[in-house]
Amino acid sequence: MTTEVQPVSRENKQTGRPIEPVQPEHALQDSESRVYVASQYTLMWRKFRKHRLAMFGGIVTIAIYLVVIFAEFLAPFPSSAFSSQYTYAPPQPLHLFDETPDGMRFAPYVNGYKVEIDPVALRRTFVVDPEEKIPVSFFTRGTPYKMWWLFKSDIHLVGPIEYDADPDRIKIPVYLLGADRLGRDVLSRMIYGTRISMTIGLVGVALSFLLGITLGGISGYYGGGLDNIIQRAIEFLRSIPTIPLWMGLAAALPSSWSPLQVFFGITIILSLIGWTGLARVVRGRFLALRTEDFVMSARLDGNSEFRTIMVHMVPSFFSHIIASLTLSIPGMILAETSLSFLGLGLRSPVVSWGVLLQEAQNIRSVATAPWLLVPGLAVVVAVLALNFLGDGLRDAADPYGR
Amino acid sequence: MLQFILRRVFYMIPTLFVISLVSFAIIQLPPGDYLTSLVASMAATGETVDRAALAALEQRYGLGQPVYVQYWKWISGILLHGDFGQSFEWNQPVSTLLWGRLALTFMISLFTLFFTWIVAFPIGIFSAVRQYSWGDYVATIIGYVGLAIPNFLIALILMYVAFKFFNQSVGGLFSPEYQDAAWDWAKLWDLFKHLWIPVVIIGTAGTAGLIRIMRANLLDELHKPYVVTARAKGLSEERLLLKYPVRVALNPFVSTVGWTLPALVSGEAIVSIVLSLPTTGPLLLRALMSQDMYLAGSFIMLLSTLTVIGTLLSDVLLAWLDPRIRLTQ
Repeated sequence: MTTEVQPVSRENKQTGRPIEPVQPEHALQDSESRVYVASQYTLMWRKFRKHRLAMFGGIVTIAIYLVVIFAEFLAPFPSSAFSSQYTYAPPQPLHLFDETPDGMRFAPYVNGYKVEIDPVALRRTFVVDPEEKIPVSFFTRGTPYKMWWLFKSDIHLVGPIEYDADPDRIKIPVYLLGADRLGRDVLSRMIYGTRISMTIGLVGVALSFLLGITLGGISGYYGGGLDNIIQRAIEFLRSIPTIPLWMGLAAALPSSWSPLQVFFGITIILSLIGWTGLARVVRGRFLALRTEDFVMSARLDGNSEFRTIMVHMVPSFFSHIIASLTLSIPGMILAETSLSFLGLGLRSPVVSWGVLLQEAQNIRSVATAPWLLVPGLAVVVAVLALNFLGDGLRDAADPYGR
Repeated sequence: MLQFILRRVFYMIPTLFVISLVSFAIIQLPPGDYLTSLVASMAATGETVDRAALAALEQRYGLGQPVYVQYWKWISGILLHGDFGQSFEWNQPVSTLLWGRLALTFMISLFTLFFTWIVAFPIGIFSAVRQYSWGDYVATIIGYVGLAIPNFLIALILMYVAFKFFNQSVGGLFSPEYQDAAWDWAKLWDLFKHLWIPVVIIGTAGTAGLIRIMRANLLDELHKPYVVTARAKGLSEERLLLKYPVRVALNPFVSTVGWTLPALVSGEAIVSIVLSLPTTGPLLLRALMSQDMYLAGSFIMLLSTLTVIGTLLSDVLLAWLDPRIRLTQ
């Protein structure tokens, strides 16, 4: 974005208007003088706020992470609850108002299903039955869960009023986004999938951050032969096609591993290849700062190298790092989704967006149940939001930008 | 120039060596070795295990010997005899399965590269010249969305739309009647009729990125003094634009091949699995699933090697276009 800056002074020359003389400081308006006393982060926040897409992306990102935190409360059903009766049931629209004898009242309900036999394919298909009404309510009691492994609750944001405590079955069909092949609720699974997909992005980025800042730091701070080796390694990793390599490494994870082990295995594999971008940013910053006066004076004051780096150098480019971190989360999410989609990534019972999309892998299931593609929408929204947020942060962190 | 090329080729050798090491590591990663899986599969099908044949195989792959001996036997077989080992799932030498599919993969990747260039070039110029117009905003939005949608999702949606609204199945690279036919013009034409679908799908993300680069570069160039000079001399706007700033802004098209090509090959692998194209992707996935490791490892190695060579070619092309690069290095 920095490249779009128009050279203002030249345009002034073109229009022939004289460049306005600099005003003496006491004549500055209040708002302008505040710029001079504002801290770096205040300046950044002001710049960031002007970037509307980035603000929007930030809000969406926060909303997504709220879903991650409150998944148990937001999801109507547990992710593994199934129903042999309602396989591939289509989405039911949620009606908020019902017509009662005494006029329209707030009484949310969804319609039930009618079973029809497809005369050609001889397959059971579900049609939403406008006659039957299943009352639902907000903040209703449902399957009990333990929030954050801390306290028990059974309140769900939305769910059927009549509920069954059996955590494995769905008895009363409330499928706001339809059901999958085993009659599991796509909405609930998507909400739980958000938790896994977004965490894998965070954990993966944290790992690449460690690798990137260490190796990039060494590379930029010391230079010389080490720098050369690390740079060659980065070039190597960037020059090979990632997905085949990821596939090879992911397939090598032992099938006896528990889902949690697989989760961390996949994260490590993703970050092993994903650290290069961050390392480049860190190295570039170190190279630029190495010769600055304040670094020299810190060193002459007798600071250890570690202290010089952590206390004096890192804070000055920390905002850049945050921006690049934000921009590298979407890559992680996309990579995890692709791997799980191929069946090489996370395995059920772990639910991620990629695992959900695996259900929609062939054209037949997509044709019978197009709502299985909805988790893909979640991927797109999350990736877009993080990209906008990251772009805005990067622009805000750049003191020489607009 | 020759010196430049030689130096780049020389730099490439360690890269290729590391690629071969990584591929060999992937072959070695699953527990057990080639022979145990072979014996298991033979026992499962009820075949008798021929001791002499086993001993010959053990000798051939150096099994039971230190890892570096195995590596040496494997890599020397490839380099000296073009022997990539045996695919136990297909019961064929890997090399017979490999080349046809690799050729198709790289053909699709190259077509996609040209497709992204052809699409991104005019749109990028338009976005830069008419900055902040509605067309520019549309291009930017499409660019962002193209970057955000995973390739396989586009493939799935396209398949669904084609199936639902046109009652057509999208997938494969050949019509059934040409599936096993020998290569001739009719088959080639049939291939081209199928080729555009994966090309467009894989190309979306790359096109989006390239439009942004082209726009940014051209915007930098458009305000340079030489443009003002040319305009002052009375050159027409189109001629001025195409003859000078666009030519300078074109360099990134070539210089980004280095990272576009790996992305394209990656994208091709996953899209071809969804569309079931007869390229490397589906076979690689199957080989990995059934732990047919010689096949999988060879695919990973050759995909990487060819990508590195493609990057080298783009570097040479760039040096030929831009003397600053070959002189400073």
